[in-house]
Amino acid sequence: MSVAVTPRKVVIAALLVGLALLPLYASLSGTPFLLTLFTRIIILAMAAVSLNLILGYGGMMSFGHAAYLGIGGYTVAILAFEGVQSGLVQWPAALAASALFALIVGALSLRTRGVYFIMITLAFAQMAYYLASGMARYGSDDGLSLDNRSEFGGLLNLSNKTTFYYVCLILLYASIYLVWRLTNSRFGMVLRGTRSNETRMLAIGFPTTRYKLAAFVIAGTMCGLAGALIANHTEFVSPAMMYWTRSGDLIVMVVLGGLRTLFGPVLGALALLFLEQFLPAIISAAVRPFNPVNAAKAGEYWQIVLGPMLLLVVLFARGGIDGLLRLLSSRERHG
Amino acid sequence: MTLFVEQCLNGLQFGLLLFLLAAGLTLVFGIMDLVNLAHGSLYMLGAYFAATFAAWTGSFVLGAVLALGATLVVGMAVEVVAMRRLYGRDHLDHVLGTFGLILFFDEAVRLIWGPGGLSLPLPSWLSQPVHILPGIEYSAYRLAIMAVTLTVAGFLYVLVMRTRVGMLIRAGASNREMVAALGVNIKLLYTLVFGLGAALAGLAGLMQAPILTVQIGMGENILILAFVITVIGGIGSIRGAFVAALLVGFIDTLGRAFFPQLLHAFLGGPAASTAAPALSSMLIYILMAVVLVAKPEGLFPAGAK
Amino acid sequence: MADALLRIENLSKRFGGIQASDGISLAIPAGELHAVIGPNGAGKTTLVAQLSGQLASDAGRIGFAGEDITGLPMHRRSARGLARSFQVTSLFLDFSVLDNVAFAVQAHDGHSFRFWSDARRDRTLREPARAALARVGLAERAEWPAAKLSHGEHRQLELAMALAGKPRMLLLDEPMAGMGPEESARMVKLLRELKRELTIMLVEHDMEAVFALADRITVLVYGRVIATGVPTDIRANPQVREAYLGEEEAAHG
Repeated sequence: MSVAVTPRKVVIAALLVGLALLPLYASLSGTPFLLTLFTRIIILAMAAVSLNLILGYGGMMSFGHAAYLGIGGYTVAILAFEGVQSGLVQWPAALAASALFALIVGALSLRTRGVYFIMITLAFAQMAYYLASGMARYGSDDGLSLDNRSEFGGLLNLSNKTTFYYVCLILLYASIYLVWRLTNSRFGMVLRGTRSNETRMLAIGFPTTRYKLAAFVIAGTMCGLAGALIANHTEFVSPAMMYWTRSGDLIVMVVLGGLRTLFGPVLGALALLFLEQFLPAIISAAVRPFNPVNAAKAGEYWQIVLGPMLLLVVLFARGGIDGLLRLLSSRERHG
Repeated sequence: MTLFVEQCLNGLQFGLLLFLLAAGLTLVFGIMDLVNLAHGSLYMLGAYFAATFAAWTGSFVLGAVLALGATLVVGMAVEVVAMRRLYGRDHLDHVLGTFGLILFFDEAVRLIWGPGGLSLPLPSWLSQPVHILPGIEYSAYRLAIMAVTLTVAGFLYVLVMRTRVGMLIRAGASNREMVAALGVNIKLLYTLVFGLGAALAGLAGLMQAPILTVQIGMGENILILAFVITVIGGIGSIRGAFVAALLVGFIDTLGRAFFPQLLHAFLGGPAASTAAPALSSMLIYILMAVVLVAKPEGLFPAGAK
Repeated sequence: MADALLRIENLSKRFGGIQASDGISLAIPAGELHAVIGPNGAGKTTLVAQLSGQLASDAGRIGFAGEDITGLPMHRRSARGLARSFQVTSLFLDFSVLDNVAFAVQAHDGHSFRFWSDARRDRTLREPARAALARVGLAERAEWPAAKLSHGEHRQLELAMALAGKPRMLLLDEPMAGMGPEESARMVKLLRELKRELTIMLVEHDMEAVFALADRITVLVYGRVIATGVPTDIRANPQVREAYLGEEEAAHG
């Protein structure tokens, strides 16, 4: 690995530092909504990091990853509802529930390949969605509110937005580090080799399924933690968290950011949520010179631009944002 | 008893409708190896077009026919503009690209027709009940749906098993070079197949429209069922789609109608009431899990896939 | 042959209308280099696929080192010391040459549920991998991306990967496919050296190599064994000449 300073490294360094300093900026500039927005971005980035492990590095096209956000979130919310406020009980429970669901879904789904795998993971996530919709005690379709965030004795006050932001950020950085170590370990090499050429892996003697299952469970558990975080963040959970289109959003983040890269998921989450926030305004601004009356309304239809954008990214910028950065960086070195 | 017969018929009707949707999906996958998430959007468009054209022309049937034509045109346009570039690529690319199309269509529909739903009223001659058995009446419209879908199923059977085009369809995506070598215009074939899939989806949508409301997002809800059916039946297999669709139609309809009572009989009271709604919706997924454990390629896996 | 390392009994496999393997029986003792030849479509690769476990047979039994491995999945046969190379190159193209071979070493070094240490710095993996590469003459290419190698080098890498797991027996499916005369000669020399340490079943079209290396030859036509014997006998066998060698001699002059 070269030690040269490339545009890509600068961007990523700026990103990491920027995220760390964000609360400071938000309070100084008097824009508290930024703190809320970025907390959400960070939590979803963590979910995307976990998906990248199986989708990017493992080549497993799971279309049901949002289910773990729901499982983690609902575990916390249900425990809180039933009087268990301690995060030291809620969060491990959320991890355990996610791990168990991942184990079962993974064991069944990994019997299939290709498109079947995509569809079966999708359907299992829908099962979770319907399960949640059917729980009358916990709000059914209307969802369940949390009266309090998870309590950690005197150690952490998650109701403090800044504290909560840093908890999420540290967990995000920890999960990136974990993925880094995992993907370079023997386990990670098996996973990556299986993605590259599964027949060969079997031929040289690896029982690939058990490694894929392990990765699947790790990813699901990590996403379950993200779910616990998001339940705390929004202080509300609902079945909609697990609807299959949310799984699609996660996939978009991973691919948009750059598959199989450490920071791609973060870049992707940032990009997608930024687009969600600012594309309406951009569209309104673009329409205003032509049709000032409807400019504001036009912005509401921002997904009409996002949709084709995704298609274009798929067709022409497959490496995602990280890929573009690498392209820029290599041009720099050789240009 | 009448309730049971009625629910059975509903299950049959629902299953046949699902077959239309799943057949389109599995055809496109089997021949072009394309995962098309936007299939549900075509279903939605069929419903929206039908509601609009029926209102304009004042005739349900004319509106339906026009809607079918419009969906076919949109489908072929989508194929030429977008799908063509996705053939041969990784399935992940298909998923993402067509996911983008879903977003586009949902917003486009919202832009053109507004966020509220539409309704498609039935003409009087279709909303009468019909005496099918002594003491049993059933909706004429639902019977009409069954008649139409069975006719289409028959047509598909003839198309796939008896025509040259059908032979090419059965030859499958893996024999693309061979098919081209036979002097067939692959591009045109694919456009037509995709158009056929779109028409099937549109037909399912417009027929379902009077029964459910026409709204944005209706495609996403039913797409999942189409996927489950395709998986259970075996990707690329029309026969598999037919069997699986009927299976799913029956289990889902009868399950929702009678499963809660069944649960009450075994579990009693509060436990059953809590579990019933969730479990009823989950029945088809449980079916899918069972099938996949026993036969990971589906019940009737098609050809070389 | 009482102590055959690989014993194939009545192996059969049908694909729709085609009998790809038709009651193949063969016994290869330890230390032998056994060549399998035959015209295209004779079922040679199908045989290798069945032996390695990629394809399930319809009938018949496969014994390896005294054990019935007929039902064993691919990865378990590999673990027992039966390694194969692929006719159509099957590598990890997005990894380096050394990584490719390291995979093969890792597969035979216990389980891989190690989640923390960097596998690329693991001596127990990297050193045997380098040794295998040196064996086949690819040592200088170790850090290259596998995709950048020439076709001949790909074939060498295939062999290195098969060797890396320290197998008892190699199933080589046309290792010299697409190689020019110089590269083929190098490969023959290498195989001659390997002969001394391993049992080899060699599927090949290159008749010069076959007759230079083989202790015994089996001729396969339409999935059936029509002759097995030492090279001189096979050369003289009239059925073989008619079915196969005649073509080859005409082709190679």
